[in-house]
Amino acid sequence: MKREQYTNSFSNIERAKIVDKNEQKGCVPNCAKKGEDTMSIRERLSGNEAAATAMKQINPDVVAAFPITPSTEIPQYFSTFVDNGMVDTEFIAVESEHSAMSACIGAEAAGARAMTATSANGLSLMWEMVYIASGMRLPIVMSLVNRAVSGPLNIHNDHSDAMGVRDSGWIMLFSETNQEAYDNLLMAHRIAENEKVQLPLMVCQDGFITSHSIENIELLEDEKVKEFVGEYHPKHYLLNAKEPMAMGPMDLQAFLFEHKYQQAEAMKNAKQVILDVAKDFEKMTGRSYGLFEEYKLEDADIAIVCMNSTAGTTKDVVDALREQGIKAGLLKVRVFRPFPAEEIAKALSHVKAVAVLDKADSLNGAGGALFTDVTSGMQTNNVTVPTASYIYGIGGRDTTSKEIESVFKDLMKDSKKDKIENPYRYLGLRKE
Amino acid sequence: MAYNMKEIVAERPSRFTSGHRMCAGCGAPPVARMILRALKPEDHAVIANATGCMEVSSFIYPYTSWTDSYIHTAFECTAATLSGVETAYHSMKKQGKLPEDNHTKFIAFGGDGGTYDIGIQSLSGAMERGHDLTYVCYDNGAYMNTGIQRSSATPRFADTTTSPAGSVIPGKMQSRKDLTEIMEAHHLPYVAQTIAYMNFKDLYEKAEKAIYTEGPTFLNVLSPCPRGWGYPTEDLMQINKLAVETCYWPLYEVENGKYKVNYKPAKKLPIEEFLKPQKRFKHMFKPGNEWMIKEFQEEVDKRWQALLDLEEMSNKAE
Repeated sequence: MKREQYTNSFSNIERAKIVDKNEQKGCVPNCAKKGEDTMSIRERLSGNEAAATAMKQINPDVVAAFPITPSTEIPQYFSTFVDNGMVDTEFIAVESEHSAMSACIGAEAAGARAMTATSANGLSLMWEMVYIASGMRLPIVMSLVNRAVSGPLNIHNDHSDAMGVRDSGWIMLFSETNQEAYDNLLMAHRIAENEKVQLPLMVCQDGFITSHSIENIELLEDEKVKEFVGEYHPKHYLLNAKEPMAMGPMDLQAFLFEHKYQQAEAMKNAKQVILDVAKDFEKMTGRSYGLFEEYKLEDADIAIVCMNSTAGTTKDVVDALREQGIKAGLLKVRVFRPFPAEEIAKALSHVKAVAVLDKADSLNGAGGALFTDVTSGMQTNNVTVPTASYIYGIGGRDTTSKEIESVFKDLMKDSKKDKIENPYRYLGLRKE
Repeated sequence: MAYNMKEIVAERPSRFTSGHRMCAGCGAPPVARMILRALKPEDHAVIANATGCMEVSSFIYPYTSWTDSYIHTAFECTAATLSGVETAYHSMKKQGKLPEDNHTKFIAFGGDGGTYDIGIQSLSGAMERGHDLTYVCYDNGAYMNTGIQRSSATPRFADTTTSPAGSVIPGKMQSRKDLTEIMEAHHLPYVAQTIAYMNFKDLYEKAEKAIYTEGPTFLNVLSPCPRGWGYPTEDLMQINKLAVETCYWPLYEVENGKYKVNYKPAKKLPIEEFLKPQKRFKHMFKPGNEWMIKEFQEEVDKRWQALLDLEEMSNKAE
């Protein structure tokens, strides 16, 4: 039996015959000059197209994925790239997400760059392997299109999938826009593969809200991405016949503790690496990224902390309130793992009241996960600001600017009190 | 190549070394050792291992018995894990990221728990996708690593810790799943059932054929467990022999759909010969339980005849 029967492999000649679909359609991206030596390409892409485009430009060795709404388009687009010879990647159309992550682990351990994409229950099914990927210190990169985890079944956006793996040892970057989803993916491998880090990384974006919305985006040229991302040369890998190695041991009382400590240290190291990579990225693109974004926070009296697309709505509300003379501000968390506790506490230390918006409930009877992290970070760093938890947008419930405004109005009242009352709140519930 | 056990053992040092912590009298280590001996000495291999006895006893950090590259991830995803390794190999080879002279073979080992049951989805998926790998199930007929719980490979009436031979329910009431046939239903280029018997000849030759046949191949190897089956450790090879001579575990292979029964006992032994030395079947020999032995024998006969029929049919087809 010939291997060709089993996998998609094209000869170079066959590849040359295949014309880029975009060119056929006549949508050749416009080139616009930006900065001195930077050519950026203006496009209009959905968040899923942005993620798939980033993956195409990264050109990983292996992609293994299983379809699930709303991230299905990513493996769909990517399969088109593979089957038309536009990437060198081998695509594994696995039979489940559990196998998707298992195959990524196998591929990355073998010495390859492996990527995947998923959402919600897909991530839940992978959960066991998500921990194993980080425990084996494999810098796999995942595009996570956030969606509510069952049950009951719901295909729309919230962050319950991401929150379910927040302690799994993955670096977690959140993206407000399609541009950020693209940019975060381009920075991902440089962070994950750094020898001081060697941890898997997921780039989150909001299902449907950004994944299926078309926005203007600035793409980089393929060559620029290739140069920026660089080649992957792991020190040790299974396919090195000169140095056979064993991975995934039975790791008992004598060593597991130390291995977990090393993982914790790597996660701490990741913070500086993320900033260093962002600096290089800014040099190339002019786009600046930190651990979080402060929007009119410097002189704010009241502030909202949130992640992903809700930050966009909040910025609008902040602008409107500022026009009324209300000093509102926003802290948008980009890097959720490692959690920048000290930096966030410092950035919020001057405000009079804070609302932390969680698009998932921890169901611990006390508030959302981001709220818990922010408040414990403030406490540890001697920052005492009245802070409330708002659970919002569950299962794709729209969060309007009016509702965000109501949070700021709550905070104006809270800021006048010493102690916050009823700190565990729900935003946007049906009235009846 | 002609099989000469002495020569093979002399020429090919064991790639699964001593010092592992598997039980005395366990059927699995000789199987792993012999299968790895079928590798060409110049070939590199990546072994994937499901969670189970073999894994927890052969790679306890920082010690390993495996001289080839080895990966263990979890219980149910060994085939998927190895499919990732194999795909990485082809991707990197294609892109010139591995040396030209790197020839790597891919072999997975899983017990019946990790293969027949919790891992059957990922196994079926990997086989259907056509990865160039060999999956070896070392079938000891129960979840031995966690303490002898019934699996779908456990034979009918066997006494296990989750199908105890009680006063109302006398052991496992269901028949054994036929995984070899399920694998054959994937239309793989090579599927075989074997055991460590007759100087390892059958096992060695099938391992070699499986490893060096392009595409996904599957070996089902009966691997007795002294704790779960209840036989004296020194009787391992005798148990293997009885499994074959009673036709409980027929030795056969299917190459591109053609069946070949590799060994047909001149005189098929009654199933009692296989059952009697094992404590897990002890209750079947109590007065009044003769029906159990009778039904067991009928099942063995039925499956043996079905296999012979398949052999005849698949060879007639041409």
